[in-house]
Amino acid sequence: MELSFDTFTLLVLMAPFAVALLAPTISRETGRAAGWILALVPAGLFVMLLSMIGDVAAGHPVSITVDWVPALGLRFSLLIDGLSLTFALLISGIGAFILVYSGDYLAGHPHRGRFFAFLLLFMGAMLSLVLADSLVALFVFWEMTSVTSFLLIGFDHTAEKSRRAAIQALIVTGIGGLALMAGGVLLYVVAGTWDISALAASPTLRQAGAAYPWVLGFILVAAFTKSAQVPFHFWLPNAMEAPTPVSAYLHSATMVQAGIYLLARLSPILAGTPQWQALLCTIGGATLLWGALIALKQTDLKQLLAHTTIASLGLLVMLLGIGGEAAAMAVATYFVAHALYKAALFLVTGSVDHATGSRDVTRLSGLRDSLTISFICTALAALSMFGVPPLLGYIAKEEIYAVVGLTDVWAVVVLTVIVVGNALLGTAALAVLIRPFMGNAMPADLPPREGGIALWIGPVAFGLLGLAVLFGISTYGDLVAAPMASAIMGYPVASHLTFAVDLTHLPVWLSLLTWVIAILAYMQLDRLRAALTGLERRFSWSFDKGFDQIMFGLIRIAGGWTRAFHHGRLELYLVVAVASLALVLLVPLWRLGGWPQVPDFRAGNFYEWGVIGLATIGVVTLVLARTRLGAIVALGIQGLAVALIFLVFGAPDLAFTQLLVETLSVVILALVMARLNLSANDPRPFEDWLRDGGLAIVVGGSACLLLLRVLEGTFDGRLSTFFAQNSVATAHGRNIVNVILVDFRGLDTLGEIAVVMTAGIAVLALLRRQHKRGPQTDSAKRAPRRKVAAV
Amino acid sequence: MSTLIFRTMAPPLAGLMLIVSIVVLLRGHNDPGGGFIGGLLAACAAAIHGMAFGVGRTRQVMRINPLAISGFGVLLAIASGLLSAFAGTSFLTGLWLPANIFGVPGLFDIGVYFTVAGTLAAIALALEDGGEGN
Repeated sequence: MELSFDTFTLLVLMAPFAVALLAPTISRETGRAAGWILALVPAGLFVMLLSMIGDVAAGHPVSITVDWVPALGLRFSLLIDGLSLTFALLISGIGAFILVYSGDYLAGHPHRGRFFAFLLLFMGAMLSLVLADSLVALFVFWEMTSVTSFLLIGFDHTAEKSRRAAIQALIVTGIGGLALMAGGVLLYVVAGTWDISALAASPTLRQAGAAYPWVLGFILVAAFTKSAQVPFHFWLPNAMEAPTPVSAYLHSATMVQAGIYLLARLSPILAGTPQWQALLCTIGGATLLWGALIALKQTDLKQLLAHTTIASLGLLVMLLGIGGEAAAMAVATYFVAHALYKAALFLVTGSVDHATGSRDVTRLSGLRDSLTISFICTALAALSMFGVPPLLGYIAKEEIYAVVGLTDVWAVVVLTVIVVGNALLGTAALAVLIRPFMGNAMPADLPPREGGIALWIGPVAFGLLGLAVLFGISTYGDLVAAPMASAIMGYPVASHLTFAVDLTHLPVWLSLLTWVIAILAYMQLDRLRAALTGLERRFSWSFDKGFDQIMFGLIRIAGGWTRAFHHGRLELYLVVAVASLALVLLVPLWRLGGWPQVPDFRAGNFYEWGVIGLATIGVVTLVLARTRLGAIVALGIQGLAVALIFLVFGAPDLAFTQLLVETLSVVILALVMARLNLSANDPRPFEDWLRDGGLAIVVGGSACLLLLRVLEGTFDGRLSTFFAQNSVATAHGRNIVNVILVDFRGLDTLGEIAVVMTAGIAVLALLRRQHKRGPQTDSAKRAPRRKVAAV
Repeated sequence: MSTLIFRTMAPPLAGLMLIVSIVVLLRGHNDPGGGFIGGLLAACAAAIHGMAFGVGRTRQVMRINPLAISGFGVLLAIASGLLSAFAGTSFLTGLWLPANIFGVPGLFDIGVYFTVAGTLAAIALALEDGGEGN
């Protein structure tokens, strides 16, 4: 089979999934080199994707389509345009260094292979998410990133905190996944296509009226949960329980950006309305300020960085909310700058943790001499975050400040929020850089030592890339930023990225203002932290606690519900079931228009009366029986009479079956009785007798009346005629009943025998449980009584 | 329950019931009978044997765990349906050998037979077992 370009590309993109299966073996066999070997996969993907950048930048998105489920009109289609290519390049590029780093970071860990496998699975899912052109595929991979994130957060599964954080992240992002599904289905209903590119080509949705607020709501919930926006942000700091490479990769550079990706991807269809602007600016702004402020409270480096990630995500949401070409360019630049410096900072934090055993900014100091490489990387990354001129972070900040002019009150408010947020982020950057690395060296027996090349090559690469962009800033703008902005806007946007300090421009002065505020805040950092901690103590409630309250509430409701409906009292179950049966019988009788006429009893033959007499004897004996065994046998007599009725009216198959079922019922009931050591008699209080007797009469009577009423109607013989005509002709069998069972309705029978087998397994399980506990305990007595009902 | 008469008569009776059950199964396509009824008969045979000689002996005679027989039945029924994959027709299509002597429905019916027989024999034997144990 010759591989087409489409299939080939698709197979290459699936490589992370395939290699994930082999990862444990590779990790075991190759030892320290495993990270390097596995990193070849994302590195190869990176090169392949990079080769497409020229075409994409020239305005020719690569579109790949392979049929998936043709019957449902589902295709597996990929769209590689500026937006998805930028994401994919970062995912594969950063991913390669993360794998290298993890190899050393987890060296000697018993589950390192499993970790690699999870990481590669995530990588594959995330790549497919951003490249997918079909909403269905997008949703599937969206969920897959949530699941792999769950596995990675809970990687240290023996720690309770990790498990809680993992479950919390899964639940929050899972709610977003459900919202995404609802939003996607609505989009499909409105636009009639699953393909995102086709959706974008027909921007009629904003005029769709009633559907728009719903679609917007669902998509925003999806994006906000994934990208940790207030009030769903609390899962992200908890997710820092994961090993540091995971925090660097999933929870700063890639997975949490999926929400941003979704908003950017759907911008051409959804953006620009007042609701969009108001919601995104408000939520994004609140998240920016909240994250930046809480970050200053943290003393743990990872927690600090996690909160700055929340703030950066808020900033991106806010920019997308403002909309317009300038905002799109700002998003494109800031997204890349943030991914690079944040991944570097996280990785360095992991190295510092490795070398010193601590991540506490109040305890670390003076590491610049012993951890020189880490110090340089941190400096490059933190200065980019702070926004110092030659670095990419500065250019991104200038772009952001160029988005909003001082036109009206709202613009001023938005601008203030952005400046303050950026300034607080700058303070955090200073804290990350100065606290651990400057000052006096810590007293230690052995000076901390830098780790191997695997631990610092990633941060060095990211840091230098943030610097190197400077020399090709216009190329960068043409190849990366502008195509991404074009995809967000839905039409080509020209790049204007240059590196120039123009003092007549407002952004330069805003940058200056940001730095001043940041430095002032840094000088008061300890006071600020004390004040924030005090405030937190004042309010005993937090979002994290709120999550617990909701979860406990859910569990209590579920528990109450279960206790109300699953009470374990067999009599009550039977009463409810039988009473419902009576209702089901009586309602159609009433709908059919009242009572049937009294049939003509004189038509019966003597043997028919004889059989009816036999049945009556059985029933009367059953009711009057003094012992249980007597009642069981009487029930058998009555069943036998029913079998005879079937025989008399020409249904030998039914009669045969009925006869055998009755025989087995008597045997099994008798065995159950013997097994349960029930007393021979069954004395019952009168009110029970009255209740059960009354119910029995009502059910029996209404079944009888309904049957009589049905017989009064005309008989529709189409089915009977069909089976009579086709049984021999097409199914080669003269026994119509059997032909129906095994041929015409074979699938039904297959389901039924599966149920028979499952019921058998359940019965055996119940019996075995009783056997273990011994026959005397009360609960053991209850279990097989349920089974009697099943039989 | 295990009187001398019962114990003497049980093996031939159970054997006869097994033979009849197979006859009933095979004639089912054209005359009254079929896998379900045949399975019930076979289960009765196992139950009678168990009553006469004790469950341990019956399990020994049967050699195979009755639940495994039941599972085999379901698998056989599914496999009979999957045969249509080779013919390019949809699941559970009635395919026939030349001259229409045997086909997918027959195979399917045998699956039904084993499922019903296995499940009910398993339940009956488990119940008899407990009765003696106590």
